[in-house]
Amino acid sequence: MKISYYPGCTLKNHAKNFEDSTICSLNAIGVEVEELNRWNCCGTVFSLTTDDLIHHVAPIRNLIRVKEANYEKVMTVCAMCYNTLKRANERVKSDPESLDILNDFMDREEVQYDGDVQIFHLLEFLRDEIGFANLAQKVVKPLKKLKIASYYGCLLVRPKEIGFDDMENPTILDDLMSVLGADSVDFPFKTECCGAYQTVDKPDIIADRTNQILTSTMDQGAEMVVVSCPLCAFNLDQRQKQTVEKYPEFKHMPVMYFTQALAIALGCPEETLRFDLNFIDPKPILKEKGLI
Amino acid sequence: MRINLSRKKIRDSFVDKVQELSGQNLLACYQCGKCSAGCPAVMDMDILPNQIIRFAQLGFKDELLASKAIWICASCLTCNARCPKGINIAEVIEALRQILLRNREDHLKVENLSDKEKEDIPPIALICSMRKFTS
Ligand code: SF4
Ligand code: SF4
Ligand code: SF4
Ligand code: SF4
Repeated sequence: MKISYYPGCTLKNHAKNFEDSTICSLNAIGVEVEELNRWNCCGTVFSLTTDDLIHHVAPIRNLIRVKEANYEKVMTVCAMCYNTLKRANERVKSDPESLDILNDFMDREEVQYDGDVQIFHLLEFLRDEIGFANLAQKVVKPLKKLKIASYYGCLLVRPKEIGFDDMENPTILDDLMSVLGADSVDFPFKTECCGAYQTVDKPDIIADRTNQILTSTMDQGAEMVVVSCPLCAFNLDQRQKQTVEKYPEFKHMPVMYFTQALAIALGCPEETLRFDLNFIDPKPILKEKGLI
Repeated sequence: MRINLSRKKIRDSFVDKVQELSGQNLLACYQCGKCSAGCPAVMDMDILPNQIIRFAQLGFKDELLASKAIWICASCLTCNARCPKGINIAEVIEALRQILLRNREDHLKVENLSDKEKEDIPPIALICSMRKFTS
């Protein structure tokens, strides 16, 4: 099977560990990944004002690229790209007039877009197309005895129209971690916002949230946290530096992309895991469990 | 806090503008407070999400546009998800930010970021912040 893949910019630099572990995992289960040609940034945030059409140009142009590559569906792994591409698509589908304006704006594109590309997230793909039961058969190194807390953040689950799991109590990541052989740990801040882009000019707020979210995972006995968004990852991992400065009693917690956990379980070589890009080193706990 | 209500404020074009930009009917709000109860950012806000809606209904333009809260909200959409009246509070707050940004009153001062910060902070965060906080 071959699928079209939209990486987004952060997966090409700060989150290369997210991309490499994704591609290795998909290859390990026999899925070929074709990166979209000439993709551009999705714009990161979906525009919330009614008249702000210009900011939908970026996501919609990416969907034109999908059509040009002769695909009907495109996969994302960054939760934020997923959210923005999917919402922009829903918006033009429900408002043909705005779609006409956007097509006119991009009148040199050879493809006229008509709202028909499907955007899906890697988690959905694994659950619905591969099937967790089939995936379980491909696990060569079960994440035995590793206690993992799954952090969903906002963008995979909200708003309801684009989420692919229960908005208040999602389980898809927990289910995946169980399939990989880990002990999934529940905690109350799974879908609580980490503060997102406030990290740029108000890192202090992030220190509060990271302290609250990660301390709660520790209280529930977690040894590792997994995420699906490079912004959550930055706030929960890199910002532990600021967190411990503000809260000296705070204990460090390793944070990985869920695809790094997946890649370990599927037997991907260590160089595809790119632990050098994780701030809190996940290797000690992984070694302790005999996983690397 | 001393509050002055007036017909003039309530009928100000500001109220229409907020409704138009957000696509929300402000009067649908019955002040149950669920939006504020679930908002993860309230401890840093000067005006809480339910109060923002009330202030917007009443045309409290100056208070809203000077508030810190509109820049603390991270559009996490928890309030939207929980409002029993189906109001998109996050969209109302976005409309308030947009009213300022469209007049070039930027909140993020990109020039204040050091080279080190620009290097360390991933593009996903920088672009989000610029999209939300600059014109
Ligand atoms: S959302 Fe982020 S990762 Fe996705 S394309 Fe845009 S900036 Fe890049
Ligand atoms: S970065 Fe924070 S705001 Fe974004 S999805 Fe992750 S949790 Fe939510
Ligand atoms: S949850 Fe909805 S109805 Fe309740 S106070 Fe907030 S906006 Fe008003
Ligand atoms: S969108 Fe803003 S106001 Fe609503 S819950 Fe999130 S931070 Fe609070």
